[in-house]
Amino acid sequence: MSDPTFNAPGITDMERDELRRHGILLTGLEELYNWGRSHSVWPLNFGLACCAIEMIAASMAKFDIARFGSEVFRPSPRQADLLIVSGTVTKKMAPQVVRLWNQMPEPKYCIAMGACAISGGPFKQGYNVLKGIDRFIPVDIYIPGCPPRPEALLHGLVQLQEKIRNQAISGPAAPRHLQAEADCNCPIPECGAHDIEPTRNDALWPKPPELLRPTKT
Amino acid sequence: METLPQLRDRIAALFPGADVVLVTNPSPSAQHALRLDAPHARAIATFLRDDPALQLDQCTNVTGIDWPEKEVVDVTRTTVPDPAGGAPRAVEEKTKRIEPGRLEVVYHLYSIALGHGPVVLRLVTGNRTDAVTLPSLTPVWRSAEFQEREVYDLFGIVFEGHPDLRRILMWDGFKDHPMRRDYREPDDYEWEPTPHGDVLAKAKQHYPAPTPTPSAPSTP
Ligand code: SF4
Repeated sequence: MSDPTFNAPGITDMERDELRRHGILLTGLEELYNWGRSHSVWPLNFGLACCAIEMIAASMAKFDIARFGSEVFRPSPRQADLLIVSGTVTKKMAPQVVRLWNQMPEPKYCIAMGACAISGGPFKQGYNVLKGIDRFIPVDIYIPGCPPRPEALLHGLVQLQEKIRNQAISGPAAPRHLQAEADCNCPIPECGAHDIEPTRNDALWPKPPELLRPTKT
Repeated sequence: METLPQLRDRIAALFPGADVVLVTNPSPSAQHALRLDAPHARAIATFLRDDPALQLDQCTNVTGIDWPEKEVVDVTRTTVPDPAGGAPRAVEEKTKRIEPGRLEVVYHLYSIALGHGPVVLRLVTGNRTDAVTLPSLTPVWRSAEFQEREVYDLFGIVFEGHPDLRRILMWDGFKDHPMRRDYREPDDYEWEPTPHGDVLAKAKQHYPAPTPTPSAPSTP
């Protein structure tokens, strides 16, 4: 749909949809490729805290994540496409989570599920919880909530499918796995004497803006 | 079950030389405790577990308390008779003393066999820095094992005789004891749109010092 080379011969999305209604299927390689990928996003079988319970609920019959092609929870990162960070990432656990991410082959996606995975959530001001997994790995979809309902996770998954469907397969906008020189690994932090080191991946998490408060006169 | 003062007297009779103090708890829960001295603690604990009248066979909870050094003011009130023959005056005398810092472990014991409890035990360390060793009660109650590890991890109390004293929540290379009151968490500041309270105080350290704005030149 977003492929400019496909749309160039003067056919609009609307016209193509019209043709589809009449049983004529016109497609491009990019659309076909992304369509296939977006409906077989296999998550890693991995949960961290209370949010994982909702993820498990989403995978069961009542919410049935299988409707979206993501029911195949893989026990090995080597076979998974999607890392659902479902829960609190403690500083002790953070290196393992990043390692799992590095072990997943491209193309891979990450969903930060729940307040904890996004920002540390209720534990943000504590000493032992990572203030958001996006400090270390690139997150595609953020699902707010504490915990998000299974419907919210499914909505996040649909958003991710939308994102995958709109990815280019060539050119500078192509995702990491189609760029030969892109580095898909994230540096793994280490547990130091007082904190994890480093506390962020500078390539992903830029230094926060310095604030200047107006002094009252 | 006998009352706590009776129990204290029985222990004192059985273990001559042991320093067993009844610590009263003035709060509504009124869970008074027995404070044991470190050298006799394990023997007394074994007695509490095995005595037929007590059978405190279950240790449900082990926790730590940090008491930092603090200054307390004792007020003594005395009435002084007025030499002129008037009404006696009340005089308040204030004395300051330093209460030394210490760490404390609390054990809650119940008896499954006889259905009574809790009996609360307390052990106190010498100070908060180098005399932080206490006898482990894990050999008496196996359920204390993980909880003593947790107290070691978060408060830094070393349990002598513990079968496997390692950190349990924080990683092995971690150096601090986060539940101590003087612990300061690492300053991993992150930008907040609307900081307030403690968060604002933390964030303020990261604001650049206000640069003096040059005052507009006054027109003659
Ligand atoms: S966001 Fe809430 S429900 Fe999810 S892991 Fe954190 S505390 Fe648990």
